[in-house]
Amino acid sequence: MSGSDLILLEEEHVRLSELAETLLTQANASFVGLIDRNGQPLGWCGELPDVDRTALASLAAGNVAATEGLAEMIGEPSFAAMYHEGESEHLHMSTLGRIAILVVAFNERSSLGLVRLRVRQLAPDFEEVFDVMESRSRNPGGSGALGLPEITDEDIDSLFGDSF
Amino acid sequence: MPFINYAQREITCKIVYYGPGLGGKTTNLQWIHQKTNPDAKGKLVSLATESERTLFFDLLPLNLGTIRGFKVRFQLYTVPGQIFYEASRKLIVKGADGVCFVADSQAARYDANLESLKDLRSHLRAHSIDFPSIPYALQLNKRDLPTAMPKDQLIAALRLKNEPVIEAVAVQGIGVFETLKVIVKQTLAQLRTGAAV
Repeated sequence: MSGSDLILLEEEHVRLSELAETLLTQANASFVGLIDRNGQPLGWCGELPDVDRTALASLAAGNVAATEGLAEMIGEPSFAAMYHEGESEHLHMSTLGRIAILVVAFNERSSLGLVRLRVRQLAPDFEEVFDVMESRSRNPGGSGALGLPEITDEDIDSLFGDSF
Repeated sequence: MPFINYAQREITCKIVYYGPGLGGKTTNLQWIHQKTNPDAKGKLVSLATESERTLFFDLLPLNLGTIRGFKVRFQLYTVPGQIFYEASRKLIVKGADGVCFVADSQAARYDANLESLKDLRSHLRAHSIDFPSIPYALQLNKRDLPTAMPKDQLIAALRLKNEPVIEAVAVQGIGVFETLKVIVKQTLAQLRTGAAV
């Protein structure tokens, strides 16, 4: 990979959660999701529908990646945001820096204009956190430098006991 | 790029099943999904065409348990094998922490295997993923078919970096979990070393 592990620390998690809650309130959104561009869910808040969050995250990341592929084909560096209009729920997706995607779901209690405005206002604060994460992932030294516990062969073998 | 969430104490890794069309990539995931305890798996997401050919990707999230207080999650993806979905394959390979190459053992698919391997290496390179160091396994699927080529011939042509080779009949589950275990172990071992792939 071009970088090392992507690591989310406790204080970053708290900061991202605060920002997501602020966006949720200010945009009158149904839920807000933060996803890494490879499809890993990073955090959620709001009234989450009864769906598999991992699946939702991977589909959103795939959607963004495919849309960026389309942008490239027509000579655009990227499409900054995407909007999917449903009958009652709508999705607004935008990229945050180089590593994250912001998903905002909203309904008739809000509007596309309000969501876009609030996303634009808060994006720099989100990006500040993700820039730190990205910078860390580019630095050599590995996860051990941050105290990831020593994983032994026995630990790995033990994973295959009960699940299969 | 494994994702380590210290707040939730979770480690998440992405494994991609790669290979030529109709080689058995989706079948591997379907078998794992069928035979895994409900608590340990998420929903199998398949974006397929009406004829059940993979259109974009399949995804199976697995919760493998806990290591030293960290929940270990793996996300298994397949790529669409058909030649004209090259752009989709490139997207899915992005961020992969490990790759299983599912080769079709049939003689008629020999060239398709080689083409797919070439395609894989090209996409890894495009994402700055170093092929020699990424966790990797070679699964020789469809070993039960009378048209299957001898194992040694396939290994001579398809084994690129002394990776583990697993013989499989994915529709019967033979070799499926062996392949998964091999790639999971390599991926976690890589994480242990802290080595950036």
